[in-house]
Amino acid sequence: MRRFATALTLGVSVIALAAIMNAAVADEFTKTEVDRWQQQFESVIKDGRALWTSGALGTNGVACAQCHPNAANTHPETYPKFQKQFGKVAQLFEMVNWCIVNPLQGKALPADDPKMTAIISYVTHERRGLKLTPGTH
Amino acid sequence: MSKLITRRSVMAAGAVGAVGTLTTLPISMVRLAFGGTRDDFTFTYISDAHIQQIKGASFVRNWDQGLKRAVAEANLMTPESDFVMFGGDLAQLGKREELDHGGEILSRLKGKLYCVMGEHDYYFDLGEYWSKLYGPHYYSFDHKGVHFVVLNSILTSDEWTFRRWPSAEQRMLEMAGLDNPNGSPFMVGDKQRAWLKQDLAKVSTDTPLVVFSHSPLQKIYKGWNFWTDDAEDVQALLAPYKSANVVYGHVHQIQYNQIGNIAFNSVMSTAWPWPYPQSYAQADSHIPVLTVPMNRADPFFERDATGWQLIDVGSGRVAARYQLWDNEPRTVAFDQKLGRPVDLAYQEPTRRKVPQTHY
Repeated sequence: MRRFATALTLGVSVIALAAIMNAAVADEFTKTEVDRWQQQFESVIKDGRALWTSGALGTNGVACAQCHPNAANTHPETYPKFQKQFGKVAQLFEMVNWCIVNPLQGKALPADDPKMTAIISYVTHERRGLKLTPGTH
Repeated sequence: MSKLITRRSVMAAGAVGAVGTLTTLPISMVRLAFGGTRDDFTFTYISDAHIQQIKGASFVRNWDQGLKRAVAEANLMTPESDFVMFGGDLAQLGKREELDHGGEILSRLKGKLYCVMGEHDYYFDLGEYWSKLYGPHYYSFDHKGVHFVVLNSILTSDEWTFRRWPSAEQRMLEMAGLDNPNGSPFMVGDKQRAWLKQDLAKVSTDTPLVVFSHSPLQKIYKGWNFWTDDAEDVQALLAPYKSANVVYGHVHQIQYNQIGNIAFNSVMSTAWPWPYPQSYAQADSHIPVLTVPMNRADPFFERDATGWQLIDVGSGRVAARYQLWDNEPRTVAFDQKLGRPVDLAYQEPTRRKVPQTHY
């Protein structure tokens, strides 16, 4: 057992050493790729924040941010979940649409509408770092 | 003891309904009149209507309904309360049309109306049109032995107000966004604090004092301007008073606190509720630990977590009876023994309902 452990340690060390000596292994992302990744996401969040605060999603000028500053009380980490008001398990985009149709007096967006993606990205970003608790109140 | 049972106290007990029967604290304890020099009285507090013009003669129906309902209910109370306070943010973007439309709804109120300036009333024309309707931006009055002060607490730096924005509309929009990082911290300012000092110079420190402001005269969360930058300086002027009370709007939620002799109570909005600042995961807030938060609002009930208040100052201290639509009423009253405001039904942890988590 001890011999096996020693061999394993040695093996791991050799691999680690190899990794240090030869950093250019497969599937590394270039700085350009990482930057693009980050930039794309940030730009969608920015669009989402602009929609969130502008009233552009509705017809009466009411903006999401009026009731939900910094997207607070939207709890994206709890979706999908059963919502008694819908009578079914709902996704976050359905709740967003409920708000667009009712307080904002607007028209519901398709789930894959870039505006919906922007809204969901912004809302989720504001809750970053929290544990996922799907299905909870 | 029977002297304490007035028509008003009976009405107020009736108004709290079931909550009154659950109380740990006899209603009479917070309604002791001192010295018999002052009559017991109640006033109505309506706040944060945010009347919002869509265009022309059309306005956001949801916010209109909140204010109309508060006015109708306040008018139905018997006996009538002594006067009505409106706690600021009558308009959403400070437009004449919004102030006129909101003013028209408020004009149906029975009894004298006193108004507090909110940032949504102010930052379009710096309160000029509001002033035509409701008079000076800050003032004081006396009623049945209590000294009342109304402050304009939503001022900010001259640079932000006068030099930063290309237009009045832009300035208003920047301040209207609660979570907008381009906003600026509220303050009462040197000029008004000097006025307050002078105003209080003629008021004995035994006189119950009630100060109305729009923003909290305490620091809770700067990111949403649940904040007054010179709060400590204002508090220092109120500190000598044995019964100093601050009632503020702006926060659209129940908050209460005690700092030295000063008791703080917030009032509800008739338009929409706000989450408690601690529900924003990316920042710290300082919600007073005394405050038993409200349950999370259910958006499917349009008026949930909005409402209005009946306030009495019978003890020289504020007792706020929250009339919460689609929700159970709550009463937050000063406890003379503890020396701070308590929720009459829910303050003790064992009495709270199973809490809903705030997200």
